Amino acid sequence: MSDRFDQQRDRPRPVTGPGRVIEVRDLVTHYGDRAILQGVSLEVLENEIMVIMGGSGSGKSTLLRHLMALEHKTSGTMEILGEDIDTLSRLDFQDLRKKLGVAFQGGALFSSMTVGENIMLPLYEHTDLDRLTMEIMARMKLEVVSLAGFEDLMPSELSGGMIKRAAFARAIVMDPKILFCDEPSAGLDTVVASALDDLILDMRDAMGMSIVVVTHELDSAFKIADRITILDRGKILMIGTPDEVRRSPVARVQNLLNREPEDEMVDPDEYLDRLTGAPTTIGTAQL
Amino acid sequence: MQASPPTAALTQRLERLGRGAVHFIEAIGNGGILVAESFYWVVFGHRDRQPVRMTAVIEQAMETGIRAIPIIAMLAGTIGIMLAIQGIHTLRIFGAESRVTIGIAFSVVREFAPLITGILVAGRSGSALAARIGTMKINQEIDALKVMGINPTRFLVVPSLISMLVMVPALTLLSMFVGLLAAGLYVGVDLGISIAAYTHDVLDILSVDDLGHGLGKSVIFAVLIAVIGVVNGASVQGGAEGVGKATTRAVVQAISAIVLTDMLFAFVATR
Repeated sequence: MSDRFDQQRDRPRPVTGPGRVIEVRDLVTHYGDRAILQGVSLEVLENEIMVIMGGSGSGKSTLLRHLMALEHKTSGTMEILGEDIDTLSRLDFQDLRKKLGVAFQGGALFSSMTVGENIMLPLYEHTDLDRLTMEIMARMKLEVVSLAGFEDLMPSELSGGMIKRAAFARAIVMDPKILFCDEPSAGLDTVVASALDDLILDMRDAMGMSIVVVTHELDSAFKIADRITILDRGKILMIGTPDEVRRSPVARVQNLLNREPEDEMVDPDEYLDRLTGAPTTIGTAQL
Repeated sequence: MQASPPTAALTQRLERLGRGAVHFIEAIGNGGILVAESFYWVVFGHRDRQPVRMTAVIEQAMETGIRAIPIIAMLAGTIGIMLAIQGIHTLRIFGAESRVTIGIAFSVVREFAPLITGILVAGRSGSALAARIGTMKINQEIDALKVMGINPTRFLVVPSLISMLVMVPALTLLSMFVGLLAAGLYVGVDLGISIAAYTHDVLDILSVDDLGHGLGKSVIFAVLIAVIGVVNGASVQGGAEGVGKATTRAVVQAISAIVLTDMLFAFVATR
């Protein structure tokens, strides 16, 4: 099994910076009475690609939503770019968010806007640039993701892989310090998925940003990761380099890498709950 | 200890009732928060470097208002003629058909114009708003806005709310004019009253209060349509089916709220 992953990284790993761009301590979160994350602690370093892996219902998507400051935690602390997000004022929080970019699983492009308008939106909202400059910047970002010339198309006219590329272009248009990617290769064929992995590596090398990727694609994870965090039932099983993960003696890690079923009996109700995500809760009707 | 079947059924019903009540109160609370938040962004948007964009308001106003003109004009005209027909038919019993103008003027300006406009905008724009926000929610577009540092209420809700607040009263005015004109034309044909005499009668009968009554209601309807559309859109869960259900719910709730508010408004305003 390990041979399979050894050959995948064919470029030198850049030196990650000493600074921490994300620092999470003892993060606990619940949906209703159910604990989703139970004391998660991790750090993401400058210029690092951190891949978060885990089985279905392990809490990796919830962790990503917390890292993007989209969820309220039950307890714990979280610092993003040196700022404790609990103590930030609304305006400072808004400024912090301008330094984050996100490429969602389905792209999350605005269907009523063209690709170019989607990419220009953060510039339009947060800068005083004139339209021509914004168009030039959008074209430059589209070139980075190999989508030059597609700016006038609507998202519905793009393929799945192109939508993800356009989402990357929008995510990097403000030159973020941290880029979050939710399942970038999900639903794509291996060739397109591999090209997206290369794009993630290229963007990090060219722009010097830290990238957090949530994925369950093993090939992709071992190809791009500087370090891998493995989550299991809301707890961190291990954090390490791809080599350390490969050599891990922990049975559950090896089960995950070998795509073998869990070796412990699980409560079927609890497992179903984890698979189906958040239960119906009051207070979901807010934007 | 397990409850006996009749007790269990009663408990289930009570639970359902309780849940329904909680969801209803929650929806009203969310609506109130949306209105308060929208007001905040209108007033403090520039200070917080997130101004409400006029272009977005104009786009929404085009969709809500301008593109609705033909259908609203057609229905208002039809209602005006229908009122004239019924009014003449009823008053003829007493030999008072020449007084039909009074009934038409009051009915159109105080009741039918705001009501028909509200119902049409609820069916046309309220449903579209719920569908748009619901689709954006399930496609994570609203999350994308948040992560970009763009407040979704300011970006999505405020332009819709402002455009409704401007366009629903404007459409109501149009509806009043077309309804009265169509009724006047029918009255002219049926009773031989000239349009000038009819217009004179209408202007003589109606006061600013009557106009304010109709337009006041339309402002409330505008808020109801926007808020109910957004609250239902934001509550979408699941996929396309969830969006469909939310859209239907938004239309039903908005029309019900409009009719109920209309009755309450009429009751309070005529005391």
